[in-house]
Amino acid sequence: MLLITCPWCGPRDETEYHYGGQAHVPHPETPAALSDEQWAAYVFYRDNPKGPFAERWMHGTGCRRWFNVLRDTATHEVLTTYRLDEPRPGGTR
Amino acid sequence: MAETGPETLRRSPLAPLEERMREAAVTGARGVTLTELPFLTMVNLRVDPSSETAGRIETALGAPLPRRCGDTAASGPRTILWLGPDEWLVLSPPEEAAASREPEAVALRDALGSDPGSVVDVSANRTTLELSGPSARQVLEKGCPLDLHPRAFGPGRAMSTTVGPVAVLLWQVDDAPTYRLLPRSSFADYLARWLVDAMSEFSRPEVP
Repeated sequence: MLLITCPWCGPRDETEYHYGGQAHVPHPETPAALSDEQWAAYVFYRDNPKGPFAERWMHGTGCRRWFNVLRDTATHEVLTTYRLDEPRPGGTR
Repeated sequence: MAETGPETLRRSPLAPLEERMREAAVTGARGVTLTELPFLTMVNLRVDPSSETAGRIETALGAPLPRRCGDTAASGPRTILWLGPDEWLVLSPPEEAAASREPEAVALRDALGSDPGSVVDVSANRTTLELSGPSARQVLEKGCPLDLHPRAFGPGRAMSTTVGPVAVLLWQVDDAPTYRLLPRSSFADYLARWLVDAMSEFSRPEVP
């Protein structure tokens, strides 16, 4: 079981959260101008790194707020959590 | 109050279990009791805590809005519970008991005016269970992931969590200890049965 620290509520069990996929995927500025391939890349294509991965989580049974988690996909270690309006710690994306 | 008003028609979510909950009460050193406090007035309040509007709301409530997870604020018969960084639940006694008073939501909506935010009466959304007695903490610890030890949780603390599989807002009222659990109305029946089952071992001598 992961122990995730909600930026507002503090450390809680993984069962209180919902997973929301990769973080920092910007919505296209002009969706109408995109080709089908580009749209498919935005909707379906996600990174799959071995190591630190920024992903979105939502504290469903707590404050019901979305936030970002930096998690190591190989060890499941939760490296850090941060609010949506904060940049990813350590740069990149 | 009114003999013919809509109040005479309403039924609380746990009315069918009232008898079961009373029979489940345990007395003595390992005592624990479970009761429902039906029809509490609950108002969901959302407003940016750093705005001027929040100041007006605080004046109307007569207490500052709690700013951190777990904090509550009391003002007369009202209690304000923290739900999120810009969301609160204002609890007050059942409305018909205070018919002379202006409905809670109306006063807060006036304070909000046309500014960004929302004030919604959600009294029917949840019901309130009161679990009290020396064994109350042990009953909850069978299915609550929060640390309820007095060093981490005490009177005047309220947090959203789960008890068994049910999401509840858990609020400790006093040192007895007395806890109030606020589940969604449709989950209340299951939660009450879960608690009655969890309480049953305390009516027998402790197994060493």
